[in-house]
Amino acid sequence: MTRLDFMQGNVASAEGAIAAGCRFFGGYPITPSTEIAERMAARLPRVGGTFIQMEDEIASIAAVIGASWTGMKAMTATSGPGFSLMLENLGFAVMTETPLVVVDIQRGGPSTGQPTMSSQGDMLQCRYGSHGDIATIALAPASVQEMYDLTVKAFNLAERFRCPAFVMADEIVGHMRERIEIPGSVEVAKRRPLEPGRLPFAAGPDLVPGFPSFGRGYRVHVTGLTHDERGYPATNDEAVHAALVERLVTKVESSRREIADYEVMNPDADVVIVCYGAPARTVLQLAAEQAGPPVGVLRFRVVWPFPEHALGEFPNAEAFIVPEQNMGQLAREIERHTSLPVVPVPKLGGDLHTPGELARVVEEVRRR
Amino acid sequence: MLAAVILGRAAVMYDGKYAVQTQVYGPEARGGASMAAVVIDTVPILYPKVSDPDLLVIMSQEGFEKYGAGARRDARMLVDSGLVLSRPGCPYLEVPATDDARTVLKKVIVANIVMLGALVEATGVVSREAIERAVLDSVPKGTEELNLGALRQGYIRGGEAFHEAA
Repeated sequence: MTRLDFMQGNVASAEGAIAAGCRFFGGYPITPSTEIAERMAARLPRVGGTFIQMEDEIASIAAVIGASWTGMKAMTATSGPGFSLMLENLGFAVMTETPLVVVDIQRGGPSTGQPTMSSQGDMLQCRYGSHGDIATIALAPASVQEMYDLTVKAFNLAERFRCPAFVMADEIVGHMRERIEIPGSVEVAKRRPLEPGRLPFAAGPDLVPGFPSFGRGYRVHVTGLTHDERGYPATNDEAVHAALVERLVTKVESSRREIADYEVMNPDADVVIVCYGAPARTVLQLAAEQAGPPVGVLRFRVVWPFPEHALGEFPNAEAFIVPEQNMGQLAREIERHTSLPVVPVPKLGGDLHTPGELARVVEEVRRR
Repeated sequence: MLAAVILGRAAVMYDGKYAVQTQVYGPEARGGASMAAVVIDTVPILYPKVSDPDLLVIMSQEGFEKYGAGARRDARMLVDSGLVLSRPGCPYLEVPATDDARTVLKKVIVANIVMLGALVEATGVVSREAIERAVLDSVPKGTEELNLGALRQGYIRGGEAFHEAA
């Protein structure tokens, strides 16, 4: 039985996390994400979970990694300044193949920037912020309903691929309240245990090893150093390092079609708007009310790994228009995958593009 | 802010409509200027922001200058007559919400609920039943009668006639 509610996006994300089986939250409050921590603090003790407010974001993500290694589903929520602090340990989570979820309610940056204003300025930070080569899983909700649904999905993807998964939301979607239908139950991915007789970091054909939770009969060495299949450091072995990093990247990148989640409207259109997150709401409004030839819409719910094949859904496309609440972070990625013109429409300061602003860009692009 | 949340809740939960509520506020914990907006529709709402409201509720002079002074001429506005000195270029209703909360309800904190009652009575934007149930969902235990009293005081004020544009 679904349940109707009028709920804030941040609260919906917390509820989605609990439905997905999250039983540990370690965090440090930061606007505009704080309502997620507040909701988890109220809810987790009632479902047998643990909420802990740490001394800062570095400790928060460390606590989440530790909780995940005990077999728990664990998360944190933050915004840009906190996300920056978490980066070192997020690289550690990638290297140690630790499933966890980070919800980033993006605000204007750089630095402490605009605490109460919306942005999509962390889209490249989540992809490339860690040193070394990594692959990233990042989702981008555009409604309160998707704050719930995509938080559930992030937990499932984190389990499936044994890596961090990011819900890259923004202040608008995080703080907006709207109608939501909460499902009676959701599909929940279970953590796959280590198969008996296998080494802890030896992967099968899907490149994802089973998980040897602490306290379940295993003594496992977990290190951020380059490690062999036993988990022990092998830092000077070129072949071990190359094979490990290639596997960590390939396990995600080779599954981009499985992970991909996007919406296509008007596939025959000549001009296509590519969008994700809150700006998608403007794009959908424009597509619904626009007179004249229809504009194509490609809306990503998953941004990383970048679903490059989706650009091919528009065989008649002559240009891609990319409105973002940043200076063109995903536009640059799109340019890598098409020979067609890519027109970024940056918007800084916190407000949404208006439908009129985007309509003018569509007209200009058509005149070219 | 709370009044806007309650209004959206009333529309979605008890009038069977769609609603989106957004807000603008600063980093201050208390005392900063804030604005909340609600879109209500019978179909799903795409663009969630309010660019040109047709109903405005203004409860501070600063709020009037920022959001009320430029109101559309065919908009309708409710002003807290004890807090807002200016009058708009659109039809307006003077609602002494804060004064009523202080003198009639003896709790100035329910001024927003008085205003909500006036808004519902004057515009029918949601039903009386919906707003009453949404208020009861949203207020602390033990304050139900106080808040319903505030709504009823608002209904009285909302039944008065709008003034012509200033």
